Amino acid sequence: MRDTALSVDIQKNLGKFRLQVQFEARDERLALLGASGCGKSVTLRCVAGILRPDEGKIVLDGVTLFDSAAKIDLPPQRRHVGYLFQQYALFPNMTVRQNISAAVRDRSAREETTNRLIRQFQLEQSAGRRPGQLSGGQQQRTALARILASEPKALLLDEPFSALDSYLKYQLELELMDVLDRFQGTVLWVSHDRGEVFRNCRRVCVVDQGRSCPVQALSQLFHTPSTEAAARLSGCKNFADAVPQGENVFLPEWNLTLSCGRPVPDRVERVGIRAHFVRPAEGPGENTFPCGVIRVIEDAFTTIVLLRPEDAPSGGPLLRMELEKMAWRAIPEQERLYIRIDPRDLLLFEKEWRDD
Amino acid sequence: MDWYPLMNSLRVAAVSTVVVFFLGIRAAQWIAKLPPLLKGTLDVALTLPLVLPPTVVGWLLLLLLGPRRPLGSWVQSVFGTRLVMTWWSAVFATVVVAFPLMYRTARGAFESFDKNLADAGRTLGRSEAWVFWRVQMPCCGQGILAGTVLAFARGLGEYGATSMVAGYTPGRTATISTTVYQLWRTNDDAGALRWVLINIAISAVFLLAINLLETRQRAGR
Repeated sequence: MRDTALSVDIQKNLGKFRLQVQFEARDERLALLGASGCGKSVTLRCVAGILRPDEGKIVLDGVTLFDSAAKIDLPPQRRHVGYLFQQYALFPNMTVRQNISAAVRDRSAREETTNRLIRQFQLEQSAGRRPGQLSGGQQQRTALARILASEPKALLLDEPFSALDSYLKYQLELELMDVLDRFQGTVLWVSHDRGEVFRNCRRVCVVDQGRSCPVQALSQLFHTPSTEAAARLSGCKNFADAVPQGENVFLPEWNLTLSCGRPVPDRVERVGIRAHFVRPAEGPGENTFPCGVIRVIEDAFTTIVLLRPEDAPSGGPLLRMELEKMAWRAIPEQERLYIRIDPRDLLLFEKEWRDD
Repeated sequence: MDWYPLMNSLRVAAVSTVVVFFLGIRAAQWIAKLPPLLKGTLDVALTLPLVLPPTVVGWLLLLLLGPRRPLGSWVQSVFGTRLVMTWWSAVFATVVVAFPLMYRTARGAFESFDKNLADAGRTLGRSEAWVFWRVQMPCCGQGILAGTVLAFARGLGEYGATSMVAGYTPGRTATISTTVYQLWRTNDDAGALRWVLINIAISAVFLLAINLLETRQRAGR
């Protein structure tokens, strides 16, 4: 496995903000995780050559696809990058077979390659049908077969399941995993869904407001996210302002001082607490404080409880606790309870470098 | 009976439809890529012949093509032929008048075309020409077809600008519409009625054909 297969370092003015993305991917599945409108799809389009960055450089397998300094800008046709579009973008006027054969670059092998891919993706029954007559699964298989027919060096997946209901999504995801497992090159997977990223990728590049964070391992994103945006994307729900005090942080919005069990760097200015790590306690103790219950929301498998720490000044954010339905039912006093936050579960965020 | 007006009308309409087909599509494609201000201005300029009285279009054309005008006299001196008062002079008139119909319907069709399809073709290694002729055009087929038919029908029915640029010479520049006017003017009501009926018949057949084509296309989906 090579250290770097794809390296991207680009800038583009998007009107409301400036896209500044920089990452390197090996022969791996790298996730680009970000809220909608953060610029991750634009990044993908720049790599594919459909959009043009203002400045920067894109190199794939030692071939420079784009370099503003050297005035290199390969057309998408010559980039050998497969792009899986959100709605698959199958040609509606062509059959499944025609869609696939249209992508085979080598004319002499067109017939043979097309037949092989139709067999490989079990599309024999629907080869003569048009995209409008296919099920979601068949459409995805056709799109993947078509992309592989063009012999790409990298695959770009643009929120492949964003428009699907959860059951179909689950099945298509399994099928896609099989295909990706057999693919040798780099896969860039754009998503706003942390679960999807967690199941399919090992490393992730978080994009927030057009800025990319350094590529990190997924376990790091979930256990020690480096920025508040990354924590938010990884599913963290509670955030508050923080003032470092030795090994403690003071949280003015809740009028609370919590121990972190480790020295708190001076630059820390925010904390995050995952809703699952807000736990009910028997009574007073370390990092334990009384809260009033403001609201109880029943979710499908969990109960969500919105709490206000008793000493909190009015107007501050509510603390969100999520726990198993049974665990909530087992709590005798449901209007006022003690909450404990384990020192290890406090995520600390330093003031972010923003050079604008 | 002299069938020249029928033949000439069909000939003029067919030639101008072919010209307008390519010009309209090309213009629609090109203008879609321009910045908004220029796009709006050009859009107005290119659509103007649709709302101007045909006599105004005819007058403007004569200003350009007339034998004593720069272009007209230049062509006369180089090629030894007039640009006006020949059968193909009518093509100038019908092209200008029918162009906006083709241009506008093609533009509407291109605007509703899913750009991702074109980008998909590009990333798969297909040329711009392939993407345009094999994906974009077929996907916009309905709109393009409607525009072509409208342009042909408009060309067939053109009277005002045609009569000014090509005039009415029996057996040379006469079309159905100019013939009907001439026969009415000379009190030949029976002759006029014949051409009126022929014109109605052609138009009816034409519209029927469009309807059939549309239903077949819908059933094919």
